[in-house]
Amino acid sequence: MNDYNIREMIDNKKGRRSTMFIEKMVPIILLVITSVSVLTTIGILVTLLSETVMFFTRVSPIEFLTSTEWSAFSSDPEWGIFALIMGTLKITVIAVAFAVPIGLGAAIYLSEYASDRVRRIIKPILEILAGIPTVVYGFFALTFVTPLIRGIWPEVNLFNAISPGLVVGVMIIPMIASLSEDAMSSVPNSMREGALGLGSTRLETVFKVVLPAAVSGIMASIVLAVSRAIGETMIVSIAAGSTPNASLNIMESLQTMTGFIVQVASGDATYGSDVYFSLYAVGMTLFVFTLLMNVIAQWFSRKFREEY
Amino acid sequence: MELINKNEIGKKLSGRLLLNKSMKYIFLLCTLVGLVVLATLLIDTIIDGWSYLTTDFFTNFSSSRPENAGIKGALIGTLWLMATTAPIAIILSVGTALYLEEYAPKNKITDFIKINISNLAGVPSVVFGLLGLTLFVRMAGLGNSVLAAALTMSLMILPVIVVASQEAIRSVPSSIREASIGMGATKWQTITRVILPASLPGIITGIILSLSRAIGETAPLVVIGIPTILLFTPTGVFDTFSALPMQIFSWVKMPNPEFQSITAAAILVLLFILFLMNSVAIYIRNKYSKRF
Amino acid sequence: MTLTKVKEEKNMKTTHDETVQERNFEGRIAEQAQPVFQAKDFNLWYGDNHALQNIDLDFNRNEISAIIGPSGCGKSTFIKALNRMVELVPIVRTEGDILYRNQSIFDKSLTVEELRTKVGMVFQKPNPFPKSIYDNVAYGARVHGIRNKKVLDQVVEKSLKGAAIWDEVKDRLNDNAYGLSGGQQQRICIARALAIEPDVILMDEPTSALDPISTTKIEDLMQELKKDYSIIIVTHNMQQAARISDRTAFFYQGHVIEYDRTNVIFEKPKDQRTEDYVSGRFG
Repeated sequence: MNDYNIREMIDNKKGRRSTMFIEKMVPIILLVITSVSVLTTIGILVTLLSETVMFFTRVSPIEFLTSTEWSAFSSDPEWGIFALIMGTLKITVIAVAFAVPIGLGAAIYLSEYASDRVRRIIKPILEILAGIPTVVYGFFALTFVTPLIRGIWPEVNLFNAISPGLVVGVMIIPMIASLSEDAMSSVPNSMREGALGLGSTRLETVFKVVLPAAVSGIMASIVLAVSRAIGETMIVSIAAGSTPNASLNIMESLQTMTGFIVQVASGDATYGSDVYFSLYAVGMTLFVFTLLMNVIAQWFSRKFREEY
Repeated sequence: MELINKNEIGKKLSGRLLLNKSMKYIFLLCTLVGLVVLATLLIDTIIDGWSYLTTDFFTNFSSSRPENAGIKGALIGTLWLMATTAPIAIILSVGTALYLEEYAPKNKITDFIKINISNLAGVPSVVFGLLGLTLFVRMAGLGNSVLAAALTMSLMILPVIVVASQEAIRSVPSSIREASIGMGATKWQTITRVILPASLPGIITGIILSLSRAIGETAPLVVIGIPTILLFTPTGVFDTFSALPMQIFSWVKMPNPEFQSITAAAILVLLFILFLMNSVAIYIRNKYSKRF
Repeated sequence: MTLTKVKEEKNMKTTHDETVQERNFEGRIAEQAQPVFQAKDFNLWYGDNHALQNIDLDFNRNEISAIIGPSGCGKSTFIKALNRMVELVPIVRTEGDILYRNQSIFDKSLTVEELRTKVGMVFQKPNPFPKSIYDNVAYGARVHGIRNKKVLDQVVEKSLKGAAIWDEVKDRLNDNAYGLSGGQQQRICIARALAIEPDVILMDEPTSALDPISTTKIEDLMQELKKDYSIIIVTHNMQQAARISDRTAFFYQGHVIEYDRTNVIFEKPKDQRTEDYVSGRFG
């Protein structure tokens, strides 16, 4: 066997200079890459703000905020964002009212009752459910859920708030279930044992000990889900219709903020028209709503982390 | 005088136990809702679309006549979109994750970057569409090309991959890092030879899962103005293209009932691709989890 | 130094063992007079915490020097200062100097990478990379630019033999190192450190996570390694220090209380605190 002198070979490999150059460059390159995420936020803000300002040079902000009618395509257009917000609100309320009890029930089952094996089967299924494209959910709402609802209540329109609302609910169930389950699982077992040791049933332990202890984590999951529901686009574009109105009627056609953006974008609004700029004003409103929800959710989850 | 009436407690106990037991089944039922909806959705779509999955369906372009309509343009367009999105998103996200985990100093700016990324994750995809429309389609003059859409998609999925990669990098024990540095390896050598290989499964899982989100994402494409009826496939990243979810969206709106079945068939193709990607991700995750 | 090299070259064709013995013999005469590491009035702070105070210590070549002391006395901090690993903690500040072969380790012309190539380290818990046994041992050579397969093969075999684990793993060099027992993993880590032929090996409580049998194997190994390397070991097992080391330093609350030949420290220490500690009265 040849005897190589490794010490010397290493000393002779004085390729150190290029190594050191790479060493100096890498953090700079990575910092530049990292700045893209900040630039994206700035890009979103600048884009939305500047075009929204353009919109308000044409349309009075007072009309935008106070009118209750939105008719962008009529010859005498009305620009009351309230009508679109009501549309978003109707969908969101139905979705959340449907998803929160079911999502929480599932979270409780998975965290407190299910065996490891059941959990290993159910969790991937929830992930698949969360991964289904929203355009597919939209198709499902229009071709399956809506006919089903109209079979029960014939007075419901083809486009309505109930069907897309429920399907948006289905879409956010996995989010509520898995994030709430995470929150409940991180409640220390000693707390459960304390309650069970005093003769509480599982159920009483859940409601009197686990849920109160995990409440800020659960709230975070619900607020995040609300944010997702507000920003959801394809389901409502396909199944909710395109007639903005500020009524509380959930059986008739409506339009959400996201639905309006899609309608304008797929209809090729002329660049520079009022309708074109209204895209950004609506986008800005949507952005503010979801940002608010995200900030609240972060506040809750920070609070939850501090507790444990 | 007893403060606690043992008889009362005994009487109440059976009620409490009954409630406990019945609620358990109600919780189970809640868990099964997701399962039932998933099954219904799949079965309904298969019944609708299965018979339309013919060879012609894959080799024909889109058409306004249902009997001629196919997904060739949309499928190939989607593949182009993914092949362009993946490298951009990977470089941006893994680079960001490496910077944040390995190089970033602990200060206000770093905290700001982290908060900013988690806020980006909550921005609706349709807003990313507006960004792409203004920045890439109009200002950069890319038009409704593969590249414009890929850049938009990359920015949209960036936060998800960054967070997944950060977690994967963080799970590499610091003892291994010390071992490498203790042998005279430089920081970047340690990253490329030890840390990245060790965190690769987690990073890849994150990449696949977020690409599978991008593949079904429709709203940004609609806003960018991707065409739905296109009789050619792209030959480069500057060409315009169509995509599967766009095709589905345009067919859903067709009044002709036959299009419902064609839509279902296209959905089956999309879901199959997603299923494949998710299986790979789950396989990687299970195979390589719990190594440390 | 030159003398050793000439000898080495002359003996290139003789067997490995002979070379080692020759070098040892010559080495002892030529080198033992000079210490390999010298700490000169060395101080270290973690933020406001003055963790090491006015350390003056010389470590000799081809000896095992042990550092003992109660938890938190600064012994681990000190050994990590020798290869500047302690600076990975961002709030660390140092004063004074440490000389490695008469050159300051803080000298700008000596990069930390070079220093750590010459001063290897074995850690408290076995920390193999999640790679094959072969790749673990070849890691250092590869990092330093050696790619020749023949050289690498030899490096791996020699190092594994040097760490007394060759016979146990020679048939499964491509298996993941995580599949080995804790004691085997630690010897792989020692082999990994040997592979780049360092001058000094620092060991930070290398057996604290191991069972008694593995500990004995590693202690025997250290006696072998001492012929070629200078070893500095931190341990809080006093029997271990007494068994294996030539010299022992007793650290207490960031100070070196006493440093002498190991038998002196354990049999007739000069300082009351040393005596209390080695006789088990505190710590």
